[in-house]
Amino acid sequence: MTETSAAFWRGARHSLPFTIVVIPFAMLFGVVATEAGLNVLETMMFSVTVFAGASQFAALQLMQDNAPTLIVLATALAVNLRMVMYSVALAPHLGRAPLGWRALMAYFLVDQSFAVSSIEYERNPDLPIMAKVAFFFGALLPVAPVWYVASLGGALAGRAIPPEYALDFALPITFLAMVAPLLRSLPHILAAGVSILMSLLLAGLPWGTGVLGAAACAMAAGAVLDWRLEQGRHHG
Amino acid sequence: MVDKGQLWTVMPLLAVGTYLIRFSFLGMLGNRPLPAWLTRALRYTAVAVLPGLVAPGVLWPAATGGHPDPARLAAAGMTLLVGVITRSVLGAILGGAVTLYACLALMG
Repeated sequence: MTETSAAFWRGARHSLPFTIVVIPFAMLFGVVATEAGLNVLETMMFSVTVFAGASQFAALQLMQDNAPTLIVLATALAVNLRMVMYSVALAPHLGRAPLGWRALMAYFLVDQSFAVSSIEYERNPDLPIMAKVAFFFGALLPVAPVWYVASLGGALAGRAIPPEYALDFALPITFLAMVAPLLRSLPHILAAGVSILMSLLLAGLPWGTGVLGAAACAMAAGAVLDWRLEQGRHHG
Repeated sequence: MVDKGQLWTVMPLLAVGTYLIRFSFLGMLGNRPLPAWLTRALRYTAVAVLPGLVAPGVLWPAATGGHPDPARLAAAGMTLLVGVITRSVLGAILGGAVTLYACLALMG
């Protein structure tokens, strides 16, 4: 086996555990989108073109709440802003790959492919550039096809689910479940707390604008505490 | 229900915007480092946006006419608790879903 194909299969192996998380998550999107009135084609267009679960859920919820289009876009894009960091972190490792490959990798830059690839590149910085590219695409094999197929499965199953199943609450539960494992440091906990408090205080504002205000305050709170803690470590 | 006109505006713009965010440094800006204050803020985007997005709906669910609902509050609490303890997104979803259905069944 060449170094490139070895890297591809190593990537696939490393991200295999994500498959089990992606299946129910993608199905849930299909179900919730169908409940919101999207047909199968629209649901699939959404999953294929945007390809970023959390922001898809966020956009869907705000559109259901009749938020203005600008607010929907600003909030959903804010959810995806973390990917700027991913893009920054991978650039030094993949910057020498041909532009076409980098353009394709950008579409597939998701939490899972970033997580396993950044660890691999730190561990093996001298890997040839095409082996690094192959590793990245290998890491997508257990994630991306499953995302599309499970979205479709959820969209097809969606209409069969009656209202007693309280699917209105599938979204809040999914978001809280995504946030909980992130609460691993004081600034993260503070940011989440400020976000909750401010969104409740600002809930009276016209739809969706309260969330953006709350998010801005929460980001600032997290960043400031992060900075203060770092200052404390340097000078303490 | 989602307005279809809005959907077909939001979907392409969100797709393009998300792509540009992903392409930014990997595609164009290369190895230029971000200012420290910006990386620091970006670290907290997900945790700053997502809780605020759901908090009002958890406390005042539309499904119960905006009145706080014990079943939904318990489910939200359990989701956070399981997620913090196990660090597993899937485990937290399961914990929240089981709590929600158990409470809804108990309260008829």
